[in-house]
Amino acid sequence: MSPARPEPVQVVKQRRDAALAALSGGVPYIQYLGIGFERRGDELTAVLPFDDKLIGNPRLPALHGGVTAAFLETTAIIELSWQMLWPDIEAGALDPDRLAAGELPRLPKTIDFTVDYLRSGLPRDAYARARVNRSGRRYSSVHVEAWQDNRSRLFAQATGHFLMPPRDGG
Amino acid sequence: MTPDKAEMARHFTESIPHVKALGMAFTHLGDGEASMRMPWDARFVGDPETGVIHGGAVSALMDTCCGAAVMSHPASPGTTATLDLRIDYMRPATPGQSVRTTATCYRLTRTVAFVRATAWDDDDARPVATATGAFTVEGVT
Repeated sequence: MSPARPEPVQVVKQRRDAALAALSGGVPYIQYLGIGFERRGDELTAVLPFDDKLIGNPRLPALHGGVTAAFLETTAIIELSWQMLWPDIEAGALDPDRLAAGELPRLPKTIDFTVDYLRSGLPRDAYARARVNRSGRRYSSVHVEAWQDNRSRLFAQATGHFLMPPRDGG
Repeated sequence: MTPDKAEMARHFTESIPHVKALGMAFTHLGDGEASMRMPWDARFVGDPETGVIHGGAVSALMDTCCGAAVMSHPASPGTTATLDLRIDYMRPATPGQSVRTTATCYRLTRTVAFVRATAWDDDDARPVATATGAFTVEGVT
């Protein structure tokens, strides 16, 4: 008896990308800031393309601290949601068409978020990655790092706590 | 009252592109205290199902207001930048209502300004969020 053939790679990619697009694409504020997500397997990198409307100090000019906070918080929530949904995405339990139509599962909510501003954000693209340090049944703790030209020179980092959505039957 | 500091803080803050983009406006400013309002806008929604404003937009408002409070402090030598800011989200802001925030620079040293802020929607009794932050103290360059 031969093992089951693995799914074609296009099918797997399409399902993962559809889930990611649904997760980030349906939120107006994420679209307004222009934040996008790049995916390598299950690893996500958030990208914030520079735009004049994101400036907070016209003299420097520098990214607005609030934009940086919003970018990091968005990265944290999407990463946490992504990890939460990943098993269902892989199992094919989430219908991409229904996700695309805006039928998203309940997502984590921010309890608190602390941003550490390490240097001013330059007027160019910014990147961020989040790491879920603890994911519990009710609470999660997520750390986020953001950089611009050099991955090792962070311009901001943040830690946040999130309230997890109630699970079915829990 | 030190109108020059308040005037400088107002001028600086109102010229920020992101402040204009989010429609933030002062309702009070002076002596280390600032109040601002940000109208509800469909573009700034974080949850399309409920229409609740994204936490990031509330962060931007509170960060801006804290910075203005620092610059309006009588002992402030000029501008400021955020060192760190912690925001606690008590509840979602009611869709359709403005978010209002008041920030107080309660201590300003030669190098660091300490600030706290609270945000509300139309319900004064139940805050939407609170914030505490440390800001740099910088002369005008």
